[in-house]
Amino acid sequence: MTAVRPEAPGSDRYQGARERSRRNTLSAASRWFFLTAAALALLVLAVLAYDTISQGAGRLNLQFFTSYPSRFADQAGLRSSLIGSGWVLALTVVMAVPIAVGTAIWIEEFAPDNWFLTVIKLNLANLAGVPSIIYGVLGLAVFVRFAGMGPSILAGSLTLALMILPMTVIAAQEAIRQVPSGIRDGALALGATRWQAVRGQILPVALPGIVTGVILAIARAAGETASLIMIGAFTFIAFDNSRITDDFTTLPIQIYNWTTRPQEAFRANAAAAIIVLMVIVLAFNLIATIVRNRFRRFR
Amino acid sequence: MTQPHIDTPATPHWRPLSRSRASAATQGAVGAETDEITDAAIEAKEISLWYGSAQAIGDITLKIERHRVTALIGPSGCGKSTFLRCMNRMNDLIPSVRMTGELFLDDQNILDQSVDPVELRRVVGMVFQKPNPFPKSVYDNVAFGARINGYKGNYDELVQHALERAALWDEVKDKLHTSGLALSGGQQQRLCIARALAVNPQVILMDEPCSALDPIATQRIEDLMRELAEDYTIVVVTHNMQQAARVSDRTAFMLAREDRVGRLVEYGLTEQIFTAPRDQRTEAYITGRFG
Ligand SMILES: Nc1ncnc2c1ncn2[C@@H]1O[C@H](COP(=O)(O)OP(=O)(O)OP(=O)(O)O)[C@@H](O)[C@H]1O
Ligand SMILES: [Mg+2]
Repeated sequence: MTAVRPEAPGSDRYQGARERSRRNTLSAASRWFFLTAAALALLVLAVLAYDTISQGAGRLNLQFFTSYPSRFADQAGLRSSLIGSGWVLALTVVMAVPIAVGTAIWIEEFAPDNWFLTVIKLNLANLAGVPSIIYGVLGLAVFVRFAGMGPSILAGSLTLALMILPMTVIAAQEAIRQVPSGIRDGALALGATRWQAVRGQILPVALPGIVTGVILAIARAAGETASLIMIGAFTFIAFDNSRITDDFTTLPIQIYNWTTRPQEAFRANAAAAIIVLMVIVLAFNLIATIVRNRFRRFR
Repeated sequence: MTQPHIDTPATPHWRPLSRSRASAATQGAVGAETDEITDAAIEAKEISLWYGSAQAIGDITLKIERHRVTALIGPSGCGKSTFLRCMNRMNDLIPSVRMTGELFLDDQNILDQSVDPVELRRVVGMVFQKPNPFPKSVYDNVAFGARINGYKGNYDELVQHALERAALWDEVKDKLHTSGLALSGGQQQRLCIARALAVNPQVILMDEPCSALDPIATQRIEDLMRELAEDYTIVVVTHNMQQAARVSDRTAFMLAREDRVGRLVEYGLTEQIFTAPRDQRTEAYITGRFG
């Protein structure tokens, strides 16, 4: 056997000068390429934001938040759509989150590893990618018509809950899977039952990740339009919702409504409402980021 | 300090596991003198284990003496961890595992279907290779085991006592409420030992407990193992021959041949294994000629 002598560090056999400079050029070029791409995206966003704000900022006064919709653009406001959004989102969260977290815990910690589980996992991934309008069709057929709920808050929340369920399950699964296995083993080795290990050690560690996923799902539901229009939530609401059987409207539906009006003045209303929706969605994302960073420190 | 040993949390559902201290006391303090094991805490009879279709260990039969340190040595992959995890049935957590044989803890076959592994693990504690404190306070780390067992006594005393037994109290008494992860590696490992002690086990399994630690931290854990052997039965897996020689009373040497099935090659008093091994493969291993 002939001994292979290792080359001295930095010898030409590893890194010729030409090879080195080629790589540096490539590195510099790719850096500029990605920087330009990012800048372009930001630029488009900035132009859109500027356009919207310049059109809508003038309408952002107290009256705009406290008025019901109206035939007259300057008297119309977001009151019923904000209240409707609040109801629908709250109910959606109440219905979807326990089921989603429970499902994720079951899949990750309890489910026997068999074909049934494989089918479920595959379906979850697929469902998360289904366009929201499909959930609208489902909601229309099952909740509005078959169950006779009409285009109510309940029907809307159930539809949105179905829509965010898959992605929330996947986010929660991801968070649970990130928990180091030493924590699980450590708890079980102390004589914890599966559930005690989950409750006492695994969930607390996974919680920030789960909360982040939930908040992002809420943000998605807050901006959802198509499926709600599909179930018929496209009505003129001039009262404060007080029951889950009420008809309702939401912020994005109101925006859509205003943009379809021929009068120019409603454009300003739509732009103003878009600003409000953007701030809400951004706030949700900000909270998600804060939660994630705050809790990461303890690990 | 009140010295009564930590009460068994809640009511012991586990009937035959009463600790027979008296028998240990009659045997003298440290160091096993005879080859014969009269007081076995654990007795394995022809234990074999398969991961799926691959057999990992075969026909392991040995007795583990009560209130002694028993070392498991052998080259990587010979099934030491696998055998260790049989004793608290951690292998049950791996779906494809199949086992045969009998494993007696006192007089009960713990591989029996009727034995609840959760109950078993309260009696047979475990310390892992990589220190794995929970991302919680030092206090909560130690109290967790007692909490899940519904311990009704004084938690402050329990935590202090467990930390004292693990020779960690003096270092952490002022930071009981800081994260267990803020401790050094050696302190974390002693915290994991304290955590195991707080549920008052009979047996403590340790899988290479010092392999992630520096020599000084290692020495502290070794001293601790000797101390704990007065009250607990300790089984330790180690790759460190000196460590096995220093801390253990008995040593089991395992080896997997071409069939990759780990078997017990030689088992005896540590002194005999290291000075006068009967099997030439044992000699080859402890003198560093393979593995
Ligand atoms: N979860 C598992 N699934 C499948 N095979 C496994 C599993 N754990 C261990 N094995 C196999 O069983 C055999 C024994 O492994 P084990 O971990 O018990 O060895 P070991 O003696 O502890 O080794 P080391 O000294 O490296 O820790 C090895 O061949 C290993 O590949
Ligand atoms: Mg091992």
